[in-house]
Amino acid sequence: MATEGGTKREIVLNRREVVARVLRDRGDALVVPGLGAPTWDATAAGDHPLTFAMWGAMGGTAMIALGLALAQRQRRVIALPGDGDLLMGIGSLATIGTQGPPNLVVAVIDNERYGETGMQETHTARGVDLEGIARASGFRKTASVYTMQELEAAMPLVYEAPGPVFIGIKVTTDPVPNVLPPRDGAWLKHRFRQALLGDKAFE
Amino acid sequence: MSEQPATPTWPRGIYDGLRANSVRQVAYVPDAGHSELIKLCQATEQMSTISLTTEEEGIAMLAGAWLGGERGVLLMQSSGVGNCVNLFSMVQECRFPLLMLVTMRGQWGEFNPWQVWMGSSTRTILEQCGVLCFDVDEPQRVVETVASASDLVFNAYRSAAVLIGQRVLGSKNFLK
Repeated sequence: MATEGGTKREIVLNRREVVARVLRDRGDALVVPGLGAPTWDATAAGDHPLTFAMWGAMGGTAMIALGLALAQRQRRVIALPGDGDLLMGIGSLATIGTQGPPNLVVAVIDNERYGETGMQETHTARGVDLEGIARASGFRKTASVYTMQELEAAMPLVYEAPGPVFIGIKVTTDPVPNVLPPRDGAWLKHRFRQALLGDKAFE
Repeated sequence: MSEQPATPTWPRGIYDGLRANSVRQVAYVPDAGHSELIKLCQATEQMSTISLTTEEEGIAMLAGAWLGGERGVLLMQSSGVGNCVNLFSMVQECRFPLLMLVTMRGQWGEFNPWQVWMGSSTRTILEQCGVLCFDVDEPQRVVETVASASDLVFNAYRSAAVLIGQRVLGSKNFLK
């Protein structure tokens, strides 16, 4: 919950530690971090061929993950959008809710800011509750995370619970160094498909 | 309605072509011109049909489908093309194959002035975004045009749109 007794909870989590913890257990999961900071976070946790690092396409992260989840129903698919990205494509929560993919997880890395453009506030800083929207859209399991303890408690949702799963993870605006993945989009696509599909990627 | 046989046969022809091309994900924002095709796709277990809140969701979703090894198609009305523009930059940068079937408004016999601007700039916008466009204005050419666009998309790894003209679909007129 965003509030307890009407008081906003303190945000203490470091985004790098959060994303590193989530991805530590990734196994054969497919990962789609959103443009900007989530992509740098995922890269800091370790560049990986089955991470499709985004340099653009704001608003599209959750839907890329949906297309992937429908195509790869035996794999866990984890979208890591930022809050600005998810708000821009907020209708995608409704679309995912109607499809109900059991293997899809949307874990928003929510610092309540547009980080790449000067840390302007997003709607989540003004009380918009993304978990509530996800729940009302038909996500099967949802959680809000403010502490590492709550993140640990949410890990079974990330990797085991029947989805779609939504996890809202509140992180601070404390600066972290940029850790950039390769930029060439076609190459990132080919690398991902080759790692996932083998020679079929080039048929 | 005008200029249209009572039961057009081309939606079934498109459907058969998509099936033959192993298209599995069918994303759409509904349009009257696509209603028969949507019903056919919904009725088969070999296809997932995904209703979208806005067309740009479909561009992202089909990129994800391709990453995962599946082919898809996006069905929309010409007004939806404008909703997709920024995401076309990902399609081109990553060279994602993308097949779009666009039913046109704002042209042949249009009665709604609000449709004319987007309808008359649809092709220009798509081409500016690097999407190859194929117009079709005769019902008997719809199926072959979709089939050739589809071959180009999935064999030559390009983005293409088939613009199905209002002359094929029949113009809407709520004033009559």
